[in-house]
Amino acid sequence: MSRSSLRPSRWPHVGDVVLWLATGLATLLVLVILAVILIDVIKNGAPRLTLGFLTKAPSDGMTAGGIFPAIFGTVALVILMTIAALPAGVATAIYLHEYASPTAWGTRIVRIAVNNLAGVPSIVFGLFGLGFFVQFVGGGMDKIFYGGDKVFGQPALIWAALTMAILTLPVVIVATEEALSNVSPDVRLASAALGATKFQTVSRVVLPQAIPGILTGAILAISRGAGEVAPILFTGAAYFLPTLPHSLHDQFMQLGYHVYVLATQSSDVDATRPLLYATVLVLLVLTFALNASAILVRSRMRRHLSRSHG
Amino acid sequence: MNGNNIEPTRSPGGTSGPGALPPRPAASPHPHVPTTTPLGSLSTGIPQTTSSKRVRRLESRRPHLTERLTELTIKVLAYSSVAAIVLIFLFIAKEAWPIFTSAAIHREVTLAKMWFIQQWPGYDAPEHVWQPVSEIPKYAVWPLIVGTIKVTLIAMVVAVPLAISAAVFVSQYAGRRTREIVKPAIEFLAGIPSVVLGFFALMVMASWFQDLFGFDSRLNAVVAGVALSFAVIPVVFTVCEEALGAVPRSYVEASAALGAARWQTIVKVILPAASPGIAASIALGLGRAFGETMIVLMASGNAAILSANPAESVRTLSATIAAELAEVVFGGPHYTVLFTLAVLLFIVTFGINFVGDQAIARMKRKMGVAS
Repeated sequence: MSRSSLRPSRWPHVGDVVLWLATGLATLLVLVILAVILIDVIKNGAPRLTLGFLTKAPSDGMTAGGIFPAIFGTVALVILMTIAALPAGVATAIYLHEYASPTAWGTRIVRIAVNNLAGVPSIVFGLFGLGFFVQFVGGGMDKIFYGGDKVFGQPALIWAALTMAILTLPVVIVATEEALSNVSPDVRLASAALGATKFQTVSRVVLPQAIPGILTGAILAISRGAGEVAPILFTGAAYFLPTLPHSLHDQFMQLGYHVYVLATQSSDVDATRPLLYATVLVLLVLTFALNASAILVRSRMRRHLSRSHG
Repeated sequence: MNGNNIEPTRSPGGTSGPGALPPRPAASPHPHVPTTTPLGSLSTGIPQTTSSKRVRRLESRRPHLTERLTELTIKVLAYSSVAAIVLIFLFIAKEAWPIFTSAAIHREVTLAKMWFIQQWPGYDAPEHVWQPVSEIPKYAVWPLIVGTIKVTLIAMVVAVPLAISAAVFVSQYAGRRTREIVKPAIEFLAGIPSVVLGFFALMVMASWFQDLFGFDSRLNAVVAGVALSFAVIPVVFTVCEEALGAVPRSYVEASAALGAARWQTIVKVILPAASPGIAASIALGLGRAFGETMIVLMASGNAAILSANPAESVRTLSATIAAELAEVVFGGPHYTVLFTLAVLLFIVTFGINFVGDQAIARMKRKMGVAS
């Protein structure tokens, strides 16, 4: 904007010095908070972070061994979540941006729903997952297919993933819509002028150009899903499992949940502390890597767009 | 570049319907103007293209069957968010419903017993007590509500001034290079899982704060509130920064032309113009603080004490649900009460977020008209 062009050329006003200093210090403080958290976690977590830690299961009452089952569970959870959330999220964004009239009441209702879905507390998602997926859907499936045996009617990987998918739906929708709005209107007109139908235009012209943006949305959703704990407390996460989950209706271990349990329910805090720090470091590195790649994809997309738009 | 998107000639908020435009297929008036409205990529995400509406008008003939089928599929999937929010409310309300109707539950707890002060056997005076696991289970919600308000208030008092100041600095004073450091850094802060912030508060901050302020209980409302503010800062900052960036350049130029110093322009022109957006940022931050679970669950100490003292342990609504639901009997009184708390949480956050979104919408309209 006008930031540089309107900066006064004379000596700055006293008020400017004060405001610059006050707001600058606030900004610095926020950065310092971030740095302190990172330094503490890295300093205490790094010594314990070995290859064995990443590839072994916990042992000796969580005071030794590694966190492989929690990493495996987290990855399985976000993969299933993405499979569920991505198509619904992308379709919603396409509908809102390409098809719907912005003033129609149906569109407004979808928008209100998306906005409010983003604001629902994560613990409420957990309760919903328990009441709807585990008890209603899972319990119903057990009654119909398994003669009342408990197979799907209990906390499980699939229910946790679906709960998480609903939680991350708004992330995918918002990112996809931004990507769609960055596609130049000219190419839509050009496609229509060549006789393409609406869906041909969307699927072959608009969507391919929006892929980086959709990818950003998916990465951000995965980052969110990898870190959230409250929604999976009652829908499938387990404190300790001797085996990896081998079907959709098994429970699973998860990194964030592992951190929560180690931090709050350990009988010997000093013995678990190094492992706890290392687990937090893994979780942080994972979410940071995901966020960084999302930022990278997005900035490359923006640069590309600004070049092609002149 | 966000601030440059506002076109003086564009009608407010994209409200011009397709009917208002001549059905000319070619020559979009601003072919190179990116069509994101500045606030569009936020929680609302309402980018609107006038041109795509024109594309639709071109298809006067009936589309093919497959075309209509795919369109229908997309439309059905698009309503999945609506279905989700409705189902969330219905299924939580369904589990909470017996609090109104079930005689078995009324023997242990009623809405009146939750909200009004009770004389419990063994107590000297009437008291609000949350003690669901005891001989006589007690479900007074006030200790939880006061605890939630205390923690939320502390988080907001810390987060709002910091976040708004940082937004002012980044959007008004910072050079390009500073911006390119600060903005991703705050996105990283937003990306830290709340369980990690809770862990940090529990293991590190609590000890620092105790050494510093001499708290009796290591985990308390101050520790939880400050840790919670780290989750709120990015929310308030992001919305606020976009709102400040969306203030039309003409305002700033007019103010400068009248001889105002930069800080006068910021305080008297930019901040007032962006005030709906700033209000929205506070509302969305409040919604986040109110519903956040893991941080308060780990850092607040979880003692349901009815007191205004921020140095005491607190128990919030969300943390209560998270801590207690795993051990309750399905469909029992305790279970029903916890779902009732979830309904309360849902309705309050829904209200807060609705107000925030309305403020953003108003901001967009105002900017559209004014420029």
